[in-house]
Amino acid sequence: MALDKNQIARRIARELKDGNFVNLGIGIPTLVANFIPENIHVTLQSENGMLGMGPFPTMETVDADLINAGKQTITYLPGASFFDSATSFAMIRGGHIDITILGAFEVSEAGDIASWKVPRKLIKGMGGAMDLVASAKNIIVAMQHTNKEGQSKLLKECTLPLTGVNCVKRIVTDLAVLDVTEKGFRLLERAPGVTVEQIKAATEGTLIVEGEIPEIVL
Amino acid sequence: MNKAVKNAQEAIEGIRDNMTVMFGGFGLCGIPENTIMALSKTSVKGLVCISNNCGVDDFGLGFLLNNHQIKKMVSSYVGENAEFERQMMSGELEVELLPQGTLAERIRAGGAGIPAFYVPAGYGTEVGEGKESREFNGKMHLLELGLTADFAVVKAWKGDTAGNLIYKYTANNFNNMMAMAGKITIAEVEELVPAGELDPNFIHTPGVFVQRIFKGIDYEKRIEQLTLSK
Repeated sequence: MALDKNQIARRIARELKDGNFVNLGIGIPTLVANFIPENIHVTLQSENGMLGMGPFPTMETVDADLINAGKQTITYLPGASFFDSATSFAMIRGGHIDITILGAFEVSEAGDIASWKVPRKLIKGMGGAMDLVASAKNIIVAMQHTNKEGQSKLLKECTLPLTGVNCVKRIVTDLAVLDVTEKGFRLLERAPGVTVEQIKAATEGTLIVEGEIPEIVL
Repeated sequence: MNKAVKNAQEAIEGIRDNMTVMFGGFGLCGIPENTIMALSKTSVKGLVCISNNCGVDDFGLGFLLNNHQIKKMVSSYVGENAEFERQMMSGELEVELLPQGTLAERIRAGGAGIPAFYVPAGYGTEVGEGKESREFNGKMHLLELGLTADFAVVKAWKGDTAGNLIYKYTANNFNNMMAMAGKITIAEVEELVPAGELDPNFIHTPGVFVQRIFKGIDYEKRIEQLTLSK
């Protein structure tokens, strides 16, 4: 069974370590906040200008002046701070943010990522994604393994305009967990019931399979 | 020096056709609603607007867009605005998209008197096309230029007649840097008090950066993505 979005988020949450400062992108990455293990403390950064993001508010506590980078209303936790966007990206560029988790249209086996533009179809802009992928110490991509047409999103080379080059470290899809290595995508784990052959068939880029590949434990 | 002006109409005195104007805000959060509304009622056109986003179809900078008062937008993210997309695709509107952190730093640098600086964001992408690049510490960087504007328009929570500003929560966003980068900076605030009443220990934007300040009225503070916990 391929993982659903919540299961992808749950698996990614296990990558977080106590004390991490983490930036979560829009979509599946936002869901990761729901699965942070209770025995660790991580601080969520939102690049519009806050550290210490809390859960979504109730109707009583909602404040238009308090939003995340996806423009959703949000709350803050004890120890939080607010600052301007230049300071926010100083944190990102300066290497003070440990992990960035974001979505993608395509990832190449060299770790290039395309996530912001589909020529003639979709031009919304890159927002903070280019800054994040150029500077975060660890970049994890959360995405479906194939697109709506069934074509692989893990490619030898990206076909869409790039967000960043040679930056993605790990990818968690509905089918697998993979690392980007010098030789290609290294398969680490497979979704429960999904075979290595199915993952091979869904991966256009070079797939490295060494030894037994365990199932993802959720 | 008392920088208080009566209202938005008085504050926008001097904004002319083809000027470059920065507008603070992220999405619809912390946008100078009063000043945008006042500008939308003038015939000023051909504006080059520097703002992280361009409002939505029926709010914020969307008002200026609908009136065809904007010639060019410099932004990082422009989704959720159908009229924007239409004008961009048809070529009526020129658009320059920049990484958000690069945009923020270009504004900060412009206001801080730094003409150019290097950042890694956008290297190897179309953002880097035509830009000077250089390697530092084994990593490639792009040369980016500081940005300034004829006018910067910002929104703060509290301000005083000396131009000192305090922002609330994430409504700071681009406002603090833009205040620094305007030749003339207009600040609209929810609460305006006489100089001396704000605690100087908690000022975000020092008054030197602000030339005109007024108390805004009827803030709608529209929420783009109302998201509640289940």
